[in-house]
Amino acid sequence: MSASLVHARHMLSGNPVTALAFGLFALLVAAALVGPALVPFDPIAAAGPALQPPSARHWFGTDAVGRDVFSRVVVATRLDLGMAFAAVAIVFVIGTLTGAAAGFFGGWVDRVVGRIADTVMAFPLFVLAMGIVAAMGNTVANIVIATAVVNFPLYVRISRTEANTRRNAGYVEAARLSGYSEGRILLNEILPNLLPIMMVQVSLSLGYAILNCAGLSFIGLGVRPPTPEWGIMVAEGASYIVSGEWWIALFPGLALMLAVFTFNLLGDGLRDIVDPRRRT
Amino acid sequence: MTALLEVQGLQKRFPMGGGGMLPCRRAAPSFLHAVEDVSFTLRAGETLGLVGESGCGKSTLARLLARLLDPTEGSIRLGGQEIGAIPAKRFGAIPATRPGAMPSTRPGAMPPRAAIQMVFQDAEGSINPRHTAFEAIARPLRQLSRLSGAELRTRVERTAALCGLPAELLGRFPHQLSGGQKARVGIARAVATEPALLVLDEPTSALDVSVQVVILDLLRSLQARTGAAYVFVSHDLNVVRLLCDRVLVMYLGRVVEEGAAETLFAAPAHPYTRALVGAVSVPGRRKGEERVRLSGEPRSPIDPDPQACRFHGRCPIGQDLCARAAPPVHELPGGRRVACHFPLTAGAMAAA
Repeated sequence: MSASLVHARHMLSGNPVTALAFGLFALLVAAALVGPALVPFDPIAAAGPALQPPSARHWFGTDAVGRDVFSRVVVATRLDLGMAFAAVAIVFVIGTLTGAAAGFFGGWVDRVVGRIADTVMAFPLFVLAMGIVAAMGNTVANIVIATAVVNFPLYVRISRTEANTRRNAGYVEAARLSGYSEGRILLNEILPNLLPIMMVQVSLSLGYAILNCAGLSFIGLGVRPPTPEWGIMVAEGASYIVSGEWWIALFPGLALMLAVFTFNLLGDGLRDIVDPRRRT
Repeated sequence: MTALLEVQGLQKRFPMGGGGMLPCRRAAPSFLHAVEDVSFTLRAGETLGLVGESGCGKSTLARLLARLLDPTEGSIRLGGQEIGAIPAKRFGAIPATRPGAMPSTRPGAMPPRAAIQMVFQDAEGSINPRHTAFEAIARPLRQLSRLSGAELRTRVERTAALCGLPAELLGRFPHQLSGGQKARVGIARAVATEPALLVLDEPTSALDVSVQVVILDLLRSLQARTGAAYVFVSHDLNVVRLLCDRVLVMYLGRVVEEGAAETLFAAPAHPYTRALVGAVSVPGRRKGEERVRLSGEPRSPIDPDPQACRFHGRCPIGQDLCARAAPPVHELPGGRRVACHFPLTAGAMAAA
C-alpha cells in the first residue's frame, strides 16, 4: 500500500494538472462532508433581504426569498456528489461485471447482454432518464437509478471489449493450466486487469452523472425545492438573469462546471496511478 | 517400457463462421483444418520436436496436447488413461485418481491437470501483470497441489532456485523482470507441479541468442532431473537438433515426416523436410551441396482437397499423381515414417 502512495506522489509531482484535479476533488469531498456544518447561514431559511448582490456578508448574494446562495451552493455539494457517486457505484459494479462476463464467455451471454445494452442505447439517454424518473416517481433514489441505467451501456461496452481481448491472453491460458475454473479466471485474472480502464471511466462518468442528476432536477424531476441542489438553483435563478440578478444562477452553475471539470481531469490522473505497468 | 503419451488420429477443425444471421444468407459451413490425423507416441524422459513453418498447426497441436483445446476427433492417452475426450473446461477440475495411477515423476496422487503443463512463447504475456513472480509460480501449486502457507513458500522457492531464479526476484512484477527472468518464471510455473509431460511452445523464440542457450541448458538439466517428457515446438531447427530425440515435421496440419532427430536431419526423406533442413545455415556445409528452395505460399488450410497431397504445387518433385491422391504413409527402417508418394529414401537417392 505504501508503495502505491509513493507512486501516487511521484505521479502527481510530475503532473501538475492531475495534482490540481486531486486538489479540487479533495475540496469537493470536504465541502460534501463538512460543508453543511461550516456554512454561515441556514440553506433553507431567509438570511437577509431578497435579491441582494454578492457582498462581504453574502458572498454569492441572496436569492428571491432571501436565502444565502453561498450556503446553499456548499450544502448542495453533498446531495449532488452523493447522487452521482451512488449512481456510478451501482453501474460500475453491475455494468463492469456483466460486460466482462459477456466479453469473456461470449456466446449467448454476450448476445443477451449486448441486446440489453443496445436497447438502452437506442433511446436518447437524457430522455430515457426523464422517462424513468417520471414513471417511477419523483425521488432521489429514482434519479440515482435512472442515472445508473443510462450509463450502463457505456460500462458494458468498455468492459466487454477489454475482457474479450483478454479471454485467451497468455496469463488466462496459464490459469487454465493451473486448474482454475472459468468463473475464477474471470474474477481473479480478468477483472483486476480491467480496473485501471474502468477507473478512468468512473471518473469521466462521475462528471456526466452529476450533470445528469442536476439536469433532471433542473427540469423539475427528482429533488424538490426548497432542497439545496445545483440543478434546481440554476433553474430558480434562470428567470432572474434577464432582470439583472445574475448571481442566483451563476454560482450554482459554476459549482456544477467545476465538479464536472474536476472529474474529467481526474480520469487521466487515475489511470496513471492504477496502471501497475507505469510503476517503477 | 510403455509409452507415456499416445496420440491417435488427432484432428482439430475450426469452423469458419458461415456468414450472415439469416438462414438464407448462411453459406455452407467451411472448416479450417488446423491439425489432421496426427498420431505418435512419446516415452517418459523423451523429447519430441514439432517443426514446420508458421501456420502449419504446431501451436494448435501443442494446445491440444496441453488440453487447452478440445480435439475434433482422435484420442490422447496419458499413461494409458484417455484424456482427449474430457472437455478442456472440465479437465482442470478432475481430481487425482488413486495414488500412483497417474504417470507421475514422483510417487503420489496428482490430478491430470498437474501432469501436463505448458511453457508459452510469450513469457511476458503469460504472466498476469498484477501478479508477482512468486504468485505466478504459486498459483498452480495452490490450486493443483493444494499447498499453502510455509509449505507453499518453500516449494515455490525451491522451484524458483531450480530454474535459476534468485529468491530476491520473487517479489517483483513481470514488468520489473528481464526477458530471460520472465522465461524462467514461465518455466518454473510449468514445472512447479512436477508434470510428467511438458509442452514447450517456442519457449526461446522471443529471447536473445545468448539467453536462449542458457534457457535451453536449463530445460535440459530440468529434464535430466525430473524425467519429464517434452514436446518441443520450434521454428529453429538447430535448437530442435540439439534438444530433441525425435522430430515430427508438420505441413498444413499433417505430419509429413517423423523420425529420430539425427537421421531425419542427416537424410530427410520428405521433400519438404529437405527444403527445411536445407534452409538452415550450417557451418561447414560442403559447397555444391544442393539447396532446395521453395517458391510460393502454402495452400489454404480451409477445406483442403482430401484427394491431393497438401504440398503439391510447392513440391520440387511433385508429379501428376500428387494432385490426384493423398500420399500414403511409408514406414522406413528405424521407426521413421514419411507421407509422400516419392520419398527420398537412401535407395532412391543413391539411384538419382
